[in-house]
Amino acid sequence: METLDFRFDSKPVPRAADPALCGVVGSGNLEILVKPGIEPEACRVRIKTSARGFGDTWRAVLDSFATSHPAGGTVIAINDMGATPAVVTLRLAQALAEYQGGAL
Amino acid sequence: MNAPLPRDWDILRQSRGRRLERAASLGFGKEIPVDRIIDLLEAVIQPGDRVCLEGNNQKQADFLSESLADCSPERINHLSMVQSVLALPSHVDLFERGLANRLDFSFSGPQGARLAKLVQEQRIEIGAIHTYLELFGRYFMDLTPNVALIAAQAADAEGNLYLGPNTEDTPAIVEATAFKGGIVIAQVNERLDKLPRVDVPADWVDFTVLAPKPNYIEPLFTRDPAQITEVQVLMAMMAIKGIYAEYGVTRLNHGIGFDTAAIELLLPTYAADLGLKGKICTHWALNPHPTLIPAIESGFVESVHCFGSEVGMDAYISARSDIFFTGADGSMRSNRAFSQTAGLYACDMFIGSTLQMDMAGNSSTATLGRIAGFGGAPNMGSDPHGRRHASPAWLKAGREAYGANAIRGRKLVVQMVETFREHMAPVFVEELDAWKLQKSMGAELPPIMIYGDDVSHIVTEEGIANLLLCRSPEEREQAIRGVAGFTPVGMARDKAMVENLRDRGIIRRAEDLGIDPRTATRDLLAARSVKDLVRWSGGLYAPPSRFRNW
Repeated sequence: METLDFRFDSKPVPRAADPALCGVVGSGNLEILVKPGIEPEACRVRIKTSARGFGDTWRAVLDSFATSHPAGGTVIAINDMGATPAVVTLRLAQALAEYQGGAL
Repeated sequence: MNAPLPRDWDILRQSRGRRLERAASLGFGKEIPVDRIIDLLEAVIQPGDRVCLEGNNQKQADFLSESLADCSPERINHLSMVQSVLALPSHVDLFERGLANRLDFSFSGPQGARLAKLVQEQRIEIGAIHTYLELFGRYFMDLTPNVALIAAQAADAEGNLYLGPNTEDTPAIVEATAFKGGIVIAQVNERLDKLPRVDVPADWVDFTVLAPKPNYIEPLFTRDPAQITEVQVLMAMMAIKGIYAEYGVTRLNHGIGFDTAAIELLLPTYAADLGLKGKICTHWALNPHPTLIPAIESGFVESVHCFGSEVGMDAYISARSDIFFTGADGSMRSNRAFSQTAGLYACDMFIGSTLQMDMAGNSSTATLGRIAGFGGAPNMGSDPHGRRHASPAWLKAGREAYGANAIRGRKLVVQMVETFREHMAPVFVEELDAWKLQKSMGAELPPIMIYGDDVSHIVTEEGIANLLLCRSPEEREQAIRGVAGFTPVGMARDKAMVENLRDRGIIRRAEDLGIDPRTATRDLLAARSVKDLVRWSGGLYAPPSRFRNW
């Protein structure tokens, strides 16, 4: 296992609902929990992953997410079982939408 | 004036006569007792012969292959094998046991690693790796078999053959062999007094043998919808909306895999909601994919011609004779040579997947230590310059590639891949493993499956790159990097140039196509399990036991 911590600048999330949980911890998949944070213009992420040595890829995927989505004011916890960046990107979008009240 | 050379003009016929005499002298008639097959093979096959062993990725002449491998290398050696697929352990045994030393083939699949080892040990000489139609073509030019060992469903007493739904390669092999002085030996699953239909007439067949068990057939084209991921659903949505709908693709071939299975399962749902029924995907060159059943049942599909059959689909096919090509007896007749011809000249689109793609768009399924071969992909995934008839999809693609005054159209050749495979292996790479493989194998060319200049579009989870609209090698490279996601080559993109390509519609993201990635859920699949497929088929589809989990 490897634990990774990141902080990204991001526009404030427009509407916060209850904490949102998305995905499952299964092979090639991941579980994402989005909770309110204390910095309105930053998104903090902690990842526990079974795949070691992909810190740079995680940083790139999350940076792209925080740039293209308003995710400021959140703390995101990820439990990963070797999900590809494609799955991570999709799950992040789903989890954030859920956090904003489930609106598509 | 030169005098004509004195020579015999019927050496092949004489040789054939001597082989048949040797068989007759051993007491063999047309029907060979199963326990004497090795005696027959040793009587009619000579050292140095070119032998065609029938077998594709579905039907296999497995009994004849095992029997040939059990022949004495003192009697039979230096064989030159020509065969579509090197798939069975006995295929490789021929070389390991010293019966054969040269191979011309198309696909090696599960034996790829053993084959690579034999090549490195110089115990096998590979003539060339072909696409199927190319290999069949050479059967009629410079690789005509002396002996063909084939598989049929049934024979009658005269030696007429019924091939059943898995006709596949048999007609091409038999035609080349029987009409050029060769010997045709068929293993059959059963002997019948009267055949359902005659697929090969008796006078093209020299010997038949009742195999101890039915010939092996691999359910190669069955994909369990339960394993289709949301990312594959997203890519399928982008492909349908961004390519199928835009070009109005009606005639096509799908490669094997979950990416294209997802498209098949979105036709009755997502594509129907977009109003595309009757406008796309009406005519197919395709194996009978079980995942196409919902689209057929929904009225999307008008016609399907098949390379081979698929385990469990026979009853369904028989009951849908308006869709599939079937004989008067009711069962399907497939034909790989004709279906590959349809895939080359009569399809407007090929869409498939690959293991690696470089920055010129060349793709390869070769990986180090394995010689995998190509199958039909290089044929169907190529733009045929001999095509002359027009269609809306072909014309639109041609005008995108060559400008408004184009004098030819263009086939759509689409590669659909997730940017990473399992274990985070990047699909997009600076250099294909094929180049290293070429060096280690001493081959004249790297084993590239589809050439980059034939590829028109690349679909990944990050979007669609339209290579037809690129006007320079630099633009092509950035268009590929621009959909290569978070792979190292994707992250090395020129961001400004990629944004420029996006502004020009050369790269399109899901949002540019009006697709919200969060709507890409498995709920969109018309069937979410093999059991759903059985239900769609009205109980006619009988999946093999390994796909029955209920």
